[in-house]
Amino acid sequence: MNKIENNKAWFFVIPVFVVVAFSAVIPLMTVVNYSVQDIFGVNSAFWTGTEWYREMLRNPDLQAALLRQFAFSFAILAIEVPLGIGIALLMPKKGWAASAALVLVAMPLLIPLNVVGTIWQILARTDIGLLGWALSESGVDYNINANAVDAWFTIILMDVWHWTPLIALLSYSGLRAIPDAYYQAARIDRASRWAVFRYIQLPKLTNVLVIGVLLRFMDSFMIYAEPFVLTGGGPGSSTTFLSQALTTMAVAQFDLGPAAAFSIIYFLIILAVSWVFYTAIMTLQKDKSAQQ
Amino acid sequence: MSWMHWTGPTAGFFISIALILTGMTVWQYFSPSIERKGFLPISTTRGDRLFIGLLTSAFIHLAFIGVTELHVLVATAVSAVWMVILMRWG
Repeated sequence: MNKIENNKAWFFVIPVFVVVAFSAVIPLMTVVNYSVQDIFGVNSAFWTGTEWYREMLRNPDLQAALLRQFAFSFAILAIEVPLGIGIALLMPKKGWAASAALVLVAMPLLIPLNVVGTIWQILARTDIGLLGWALSESGVDYNINANAVDAWFTIILMDVWHWTPLIALLSYSGLRAIPDAYYQAARIDRASRWAVFRYIQLPKLTNVLVIGVLLRFMDSFMIYAEPFVLTGGGPGSSTTFLSQALTTMAVAQFDLGPAAAFSIIYFLIILAVSWVFYTAIMTLQKDKSAQQ
Repeated sequence: MSWMHWTGPTAGFFISIALILTGMTVWQYFSPSIERKGFLPISTTRGDRLFIGLLTSAFIHLAFIGVTELHVLVATAVSAVWMVILMRWG
């Protein structure tokens, strides 16, 4: 038997290649070019070398924004992933209730980012907002415009409300893909509910959770509209995350060079963390299948 | 193209990246890479090590720029040595 070697299918990749070139590679190259120059207009630019990078790396405001960003991203991951899996486990498996639950759970995902910010901004108001009013009526001194802890609490709650459904839906689809035979085998072994979760459901969810964690990490690392609308980065700069710091620099002050240098650093951090996440989870999985 | 504000060094940088990728492709075609385990905690192929090398080199440059006053070419030299070590024994 001769296996036919035909690699023509690779030509089908060309459209994607072209799109990615225009949407990602060329802009990225441009940003790299901008990051080593001081640009005043189309025809006047001065070579600055690594000066912008030095300035950005040593800027205490940006260092603080970076730390806040990591704190925020890990906080929401630590809440959303377990919560999402939990919701997926509780969702009904078939019948009209399953469809209804899917629609209900997916609802927050359909709301535009700006609108989410607005909803929560109103919700957090102490005079007319349900959350703010209830908290201040019950004696809590709640004010997202003056108290950094309140602002953080509200932003994290908002993100959990908005994005836990994504993890829940991914986990739900992962759970539905597990063949019944596994559960039957578990019943024969009289496995406990916890054992079923730990040794059947969780391992089978690894793939969707990799996607979920990566998506949530990258998205939360780039979060902009929601905190911008909700708190405007305040009080002070306690909720100013990286993209807002970047936008202030690039758009409001029009410092293209520093903003570009900062974007490159930002990009490298996202790339590194995503790669570490991906490799760690994939390696874990490979080790597990090697053991079996 | 003028809106992209190309400069000599950045053009050289991207051309060398493109050359490295092309070179790796040709190398892979004539002698396919075998996944192996070196001093890195995970088993890697040649391409994996190249990616890890490039990414860590970027961070080496950032560290040199951010923490020291040394010329950036010092960081490039360190990265080159690191790259060789990584590709050979990583």
